[in-house]
Amino acid sequence: MATAALDFSVLAHRPATAAAAESLTEQELCSVGPCQFPLPPVQNLDSFEREVMEYIKPAHGTTTLGFVFKHGIIMAVDSRASMGTYISSQTVKKVIEINPYLLGTMAGGAADCQFWLRNLGMQCRLYELKNGHRITVKAASKLLANTLFGYKGMGLSMGTMIAGWDVGGPGLYYVDSDAQRTKGQIFSVGSGSLYAYGILDDGYNFDMEVEDAIELGQRSIYHATYRDAVSGGTVSVYHVTKDGWKKVRGADVGDLHYKYYPDADQHPTYGASPL
Amino acid sequence: MEYLMGIKGKDFVMVCSDTSAAQQIITIKHDEDKIIPIDNHKLMATSGEPGDRVMFSEFIMANVRLYALRFGASLSTKAVANFTRSEMAKALRQKPYQTNLLIAGFDEGAGPSLYWMDYLATMHSMNIAGTGYGSYFVLSMFDKLWHRDLSQDEAFEMMKKGVVEVKARLVVAPSAFQVKVIDKDGTRLLGKL
Repeated sequence: MATAALDFSVLAHRPATAAAAESLTEQELCSVGPCQFPLPPVQNLDSFEREVMEYIKPAHGTTTLGFVFKHGIIMAVDSRASMGTYISSQTVKKVIEINPYLLGTMAGGAADCQFWLRNLGMQCRLYELKNGHRITVKAASKLLANTLFGYKGMGLSMGTMIAGWDVGGPGLYYVDSDAQRTKGQIFSVGSGSLYAYGILDDGYNFDMEVEDAIELGQRSIYHATYRDAVSGGTVSVYHVTKDGWKKVRGADVGDLHYKYYPDADQHPTYGASPL
Repeated sequence: MEYLMGIKGKDFVMVCSDTSAAQQIITIKHDEDKIIPIDNHKLMATSGEPGDRVMFSEFIMANVRLYALRFGASLSTKAVANFTRSEMAKALRQKPYQTNLLIAGFDEGAGPSLYWMDYLATMHSMNIAGTGYGSYFVLSMFDKLWHRDLSQDEAFEMMKKGVVEVKARLVVAPSAFQVKVIDKDGTRLLGKL
């Protein structure tokens, strides 16, 4: 009996030698869609990747969150980058503006997130040009998940939320480098996410007003940066509506600390005796 | 931790899955649907690595539906199970899908069928089947309760009992579950537990 002829060639093999890698044409290297990298010409790619990752430890340590509510979506992030115990930057832009209607957040490897979200921006623009209308958040997040599935197990480190507004209204998706992709109402990603969830779950209400929602996002990040040593810097808050995204807050967590706790003795950690 | 159970009755198959999506120690979602409709009379309950789980089940679903379009006839549950097993085996020595699954279906003539499959491409046709730590408690319970003329109501009661046991005894018990049934009328969501 004739069976459906399925094309598995895309799954088949990757070049294992330099010669094979070089034989890729310019066309193949620059092809549109999920980028095709010539892979390192080594025998065992997995062990090579592990070894290399020791040299380029990605910037871990982040708190990001996003939630859907009556008046759109709030995305809030911190801005600290660390390399081990060293704080390498306090001014990282962790919300990546893919296009006027789509935002991505960055947790895990900074370079991986920046590169692949930029790549996603390109795929979304090409989609617009081909189809004459904006891509849905559902489709955009699936494009990213498909790309990440293709590189699964090869060392990428990303935990990202894709948020935006399309014909169906607000959309919020979680996508990570394991190629996990889920739609949701509330997400928080990064080392400080557990602390952020504590504030967020407690204060969340779908029918809340815009100002309250912005404040909840900011406050969740602030409390996460207080407890999580590798989150900090400034809190950035974005609001997504049918007219696209808008940055609504940018506050230093130090300033926020003195705003929320003008009197030191009001803080729960004040006056705790070590004995 | 993930939980799947399946019961084959006289003229139906019932499957239960947890509905939580986890990321390390955090539950990021309580309503993830892990029981995927392959076509009108087949379901696939999936567990394992989130990315692999979705990609593999979508791949199988797409190919089964493509087959139906191309040849104007849909595959039997047995055929789908064997196709799935062969794709799993093919991937095993290249880039394995870390996915365990139950395939449930109802065919005219053949009646209900339930297949258990793991990521190593082991497949068995079963009357009761399960995966995950939770299944250790519940398989023994179902061994005791199952009989050949099981009705849908009895099976649903079994599923409820199973979930109660998991919630009572398993440290890493999921918070929410769902039960779906498949029979001559197609698939239905029976309820959330």
